[in-house]
Amino acid sequence: MTLREGDIRIPSGCAVSGIIDKSRKRFSGEEIIKSIAVMRERGNGLGGGFAAYGIYPEYKDYYAFHIFYDNPEIKKQCELFMDEHFDIINLSKIPTKKMSEIKDEPLIWRYFVTPHPTKLKASQLDEREFVVKSVFKINTGIKGAYVFSSGKNMGVFKAVGHPEDVGRFYKLEEYEGHCFTAHGRYPTNTPGWWGGAHPFALLDYSVIHNGEISSYDANRRCIEMYGYKCTLQTDTEVITYIVDYLHRKKGLDFKEIASVIAAPFWKTIENYSEDEKKKAEYFRNVFASLLITGPFSIIVGYQDGLVALNDRLKLRPMVVAEKGSRVYIASEEAAVRIIEEDLDHIWAPRGGEAVVIKAWEDK
Amino acid sequence: MNYIYPEYEVVRNYSRCITCRACENQCANKVHSYLECENRMESTDDNCVNCHRCVSICPTRALKIVKSTHTFRENANWTGKTINEIYKQAQSGGVLLSSMGNPESYPIYFDKILINASQVTNPSIDPLREPMETRVFLGRKSHEIVRDANRKVITKTTPQLDLSVPIMFSAMSYGSISYNAHESLAKASEQLGIYYNTGEGGLHEDFYKYSKNTIVQVASGRFGVHKDYLNTAAAIEIKMGQGAKPGIGGHLPGAKIVGAVSRTRMIPEGSDAISPAPHHDIYSIEDLRQLVFSLKEATDYKKPVIVKIAAVHNVTSIASGIARSGADMIAIDGFRGGTGAAPTKIRDNVGIPIELALASVDKRLRDEGIRDSVSLIVGGSIRSSSDIVKAIALGADCVYIGSAALIAMGCHLCRSCQSGKCNWGIATQAPELVKRLNPAIAYQRLVNLVSAWEHEIKEMMGGMGINSIESLKGNRLMLRGVGLNEKELSILGIYHAGE
Amino acid sequence: MKRVYVNEQWCLGCRLCEYHCAFANSKESDMVKALKNKKIHSNIRVESKGNINFAVSCRHCEDPLCIRGCITGALQRINGLIVVDKNRCVHCYTCIVCCPYGAISPSEDGAIQKCELCVKNNNGVPACVSGCINQAIVYEER
Repeated sequence: MTLREGDIRIPSGCAVSGIIDKSRKRFSGEEIIKSIAVMRERGNGLGGGFAAYGIYPEYKDYYAFHIFYDNPEIKKQCELFMDEHFDIINLSKIPTKKMSEIKDEPLIWRYFVTPHPTKLKASQLDEREFVVKSVFKINTGIKGAYVFSSGKNMGVFKAVGHPEDVGRFYKLEEYEGHCFTAHGRYPTNTPGWWGGAHPFALLDYSVIHNGEISSYDANRRCIEMYGYKCTLQTDTEVITYIVDYLHRKKGLDFKEIASVIAAPFWKTIENYSEDEKKKAEYFRNVFASLLITGPFSIIVGYQDGLVALNDRLKLRPMVVAEKGSRVYIASEEAAVRIIEEDLDHIWAPRGGEAVVIKAWEDK
Repeated sequence: MNYIYPEYEVVRNYSRCITCRACENQCANKVHSYLECENRMESTDDNCVNCHRCVSICPTRALKIVKSTHTFRENANWTGKTINEIYKQAQSGGVLLSSMGNPESYPIYFDKILINASQVTNPSIDPLREPMETRVFLGRKSHEIVRDANRKVITKTTPQLDLSVPIMFSAMSYGSISYNAHESLAKASEQLGIYYNTGEGGLHEDFYKYSKNTIVQVASGRFGVHKDYLNTAAAIEIKMGQGAKPGIGGHLPGAKIVGAVSRTRMIPEGSDAISPAPHHDIYSIEDLRQLVFSLKEATDYKKPVIVKIAAVHNVTSIASGIARSGADMIAIDGFRGGTGAAPTKIRDNVGIPIELALASVDKRLRDEGIRDSVSLIVGGSIRSSSDIVKAIALGADCVYIGSAALIAMGCHLCRSCQSGKCNWGIATQAPELVKRLNPAIAYQRLVNLVSAWEHEIKEMMGGMGINSIESLKGNRLMLRGVGLNEKELSILGIYHAGE
Repeated sequence: MKRVYVNEQWCLGCRLCEYHCAFANSKESDMVKALKNKKIHSNIRVESKGNINFAVSCRHCEDPLCIRGCITGALQRINGLIVVDKNRCVHCYTCIVCCPYGAISPSEDGAIQKCELCVKNNNGVPACVSGCINQAIVYEER
C-alpha cells in the first residue's frame, strides 16, 4: 500500500501560477488552466489544483466547505456533525466531468454554511475560530472525510492528475472569479490521495507552494503549540497555518509576515534605519521558530488579494507581471505570456521580498 | 604497606632525555626528580595523575605515560577499579572524591544520532558563499503583538541575551578555577559575543569590565552575592543543581579561601565555603518563584533569570514548574557534566543523560504550549560541534560548555581537580601554578575552539539546507537514531535511520 | 627595534629557553644530538628566587657599556643589534665585567658569547621566544 500524506513526509517540486484582477472584475477559470498547462514539465501528474476567489457571489456571506469523502457512510457521519454545528444553507455534489486522466475520485461535496448561533455562542470563540476548530475536528476526527476548502466566496478544487486535467475535471472554465491560483505538483513519491494536492486552504487563506522547506519540523513543532495540528506532514499545510496564525490571530500584515517567514539576513538588517532595525530584530526574535528556510516560492490567496513570496535566497523561480488592473504571478514567464503577451511590466522579485497585491475595495 | 599499585607509569626514553629537568620543574605532584650522581632523571609513578604536563613540555619527546599492565586476577564482577576503591576507603575511612564528568560507560546518545543532509530536492547551501546565521536570542518569546495608535509595533521584549553563536561557557567559580582561567573565559566571551558564567564564587572586581558578557550565579551558599554583582551582569543564574552531583552542595576547603578568593566570596580567609545541598529558602516550586522575582526586583526587571537544574528522573515536571515560575531560561545539566570535586559514587551513579532530559523537557513544554516562554540551555556534556547541532535539533536554544572549554585551555582531564595541584594552572589557587595559564594564550585557544565549532555548525546547517539556526531548533526530522530501541527513539522523538 | 623582552609575571622558571638557545646555536639539527650529555652554554639564563623567575639575556642597550669596555672592537653595534666578532675577541672579559645584566659569558672556545637574536643561526623569531611555553618571552617593538 502506498502511504498517504500524513503517514510520510513527501517533498515535492512544482509549478505555481496566479492571476488577480485588482478591480475585482470577474473572468473565467479558462485563463488559469491555460497558464498552468504551459508548465506541465514542472509537474509529474501526481497532483494539481486551483483556488478561485469571487466565484460564489450569491453565497458570499457563507462559508463554502468543499469536502472529500471516502464513502457514503462517512458522508453521513460528517453531515451529522455539520448539522450539529452549522446551519447548512445549501449542499450539492461539486459538478465534475468524467475523464480518463482523472481516476479514483472520492465523493466531492460542497456546503454553504454558517455557524449555528447557539453553538457559536456556547463555544466562546469568534466565528472564524469556530469554523477553524470545526474543520480540524472533521479532518482529524472523522477518518475518511476531509474538508479541503472552507472560506467565504472562494473555493479550492484539487485532485491527483495534471493540473490542466484537474481544471477540466472540475469544469473550472465555467466558474468566474476575480482571482485564481493554480498548482502542478511533482511529489517524490506516489501518493494516491487527493487531499495531498495543493492548494492547501483554511478559511479564505489558500497556499500553493513550490519547494521543500528544511525548517519543516521546527515550524511544525512551534505552530502546533498554538492550536494547529499538522496532519498531512506537508510543507504547504504548515505554511498555511503559519500564515493563518500570523495574519488572522496576530494581526500582522503580509510585509510583516514576510519578515518573519522569509526574514531578512542580519547583515541586511544592520543597514536598516534604527526604527526598521528594531522592528526586524523584534520579529526575528519573538517569531524565531516560524522562520522558514529551504527553497520555496509561495502564492498566498486571501479575501483581499494575493501575496507572492520567495525564500530568502530565492532558490525557486517566480516572476510577477502587470497589465492594467491585472497582476500575474508564475514560476515561469512563459506561463504569463501565454495568456497576456503584451505586459506593462514584468520582474522577478528578490528573495524574501513579499509582493502584496491588494484588490480594490469591494463595492 | 601500600595496597595500590600506580595506575599509570612514566616511560622515559633515556636515549632522548637531555636532563633539562623541565619535567621536574613543572610537576606539582613531584613525579620527576634528578639523580645528580648519575646525571639522569627518575620518576615516582605513584604520584602521577597522568595530566601530561611533562609530556607536553618535554622538548625532545622523551616522555610518555602508559596505563600500568599490572593487574588483578581477572574478575568480571570485582574489577581492579572497584577493588582499589575498597582499599582506599579501608585505608582512609572517607568518601571517595573525584572531579570532572562521569567517566563510566553509560550510553552516549549523541553518538547514536545521525544528522541529515540535502540531496536533489532541496539544495544544500555553501556557508562560504551564502549567508549562514548562528545568532540567537535567549529569553521569553511573547507572541503578544502590541501596536501604538499609528499601528506601529511596540518592540519592547522581556530582557534577552543576544549571542553570536549558541554556545556559552558554563558556570565555573573563581575558587574552583583560577583567576587566569576566569580572565581567559571572560575575554574570550567578549571577543566571541557570547557569555561566561561566574559560578558560585562571586565576581572578582577586575572582571566587572566584562560584565556585558557575564552571567552571575546565585547558588545555595549565596557566596559573593550583592547588589552590584547582580546589577552588573547580563543575566542571573539561580543554581539549583549540577549534573555531576545532583542533590549535593559544594565544599571549597578553607585552604583555598585565600586573598582575593575570600574577598570575592565575601567570607573570611581560611573558612570552608560550604554550599548547602538545597537552597534553604527554596523547599518548593513556589519558593523558587519568590527568589526569581526577588532577583528581578533587585535588578529592576532588566536582567533575565536562568534557573539551572541537574537532569534527574522527573526533570520534565521540574522544568514545567520552572517555566511557570517567571524564569526566562532553564539550564539543564546532564549527568556527564563536569565538576571541581564530587563524591565519586554520586558523580558516577546519579542523574540521567542530557539527550533524554532535553528531548523530554522540550516535548513536555511544547505539549503544554509554554515552550516559547523559556529558553532551554543544555550542558553536561557537549563535546563537539556535532553534539551542538544534535542538541539544537532536539530542541535546545543554546548549549553550555565547561569541560570542553577547560580542555581548550590545556586541561588533560586527569580528573584530579580536587587536589588543587592542577599542573595546567586551571583548577588551582597556588600562585606558582596559576601563572602557568597565561590568559593571552588561553583566551585565544577558547576563541579558536568556538570559532572552529561555529564553522562546523554552519557547514552542517548548510548541508541540511538550513541557513539560520532558528530553523534548526527542535527540527527533529533532521535527526535519525542508530542502534536505539523503540523506547529510546520515542523519548528522543526521532526516527531510526532508514525510516 | 624589536627586542627580546621577558615578562616576569608569566616566566615559570622551567629553563626551556636555555635549552632552546643552546640548541639553536649548536649548528645541529637534532636537539638530542646537540645537547645530550653536554653542559649547555646558553645566551639566556633564568634567574629564580622563590616563586619569582626571570629569564635574562642581552638587552641590546641604547648605550651599551660592553662596547665601551671592549678593547679590540670585537663587540659592535650593527643596526641596533650588538654582535660579537669572535676573531677579534682576546678573551679579556672586560665586557663581562661591564655588563650590568650578566648577559655576556665565555663560550667553550674561550671567546665571549652573547645573544644575537638568533640572526646568525636561523631566521625568524629567536629560539627562546618560540620555545617559551607560556609566552613569557616575547620578541617585539616597544
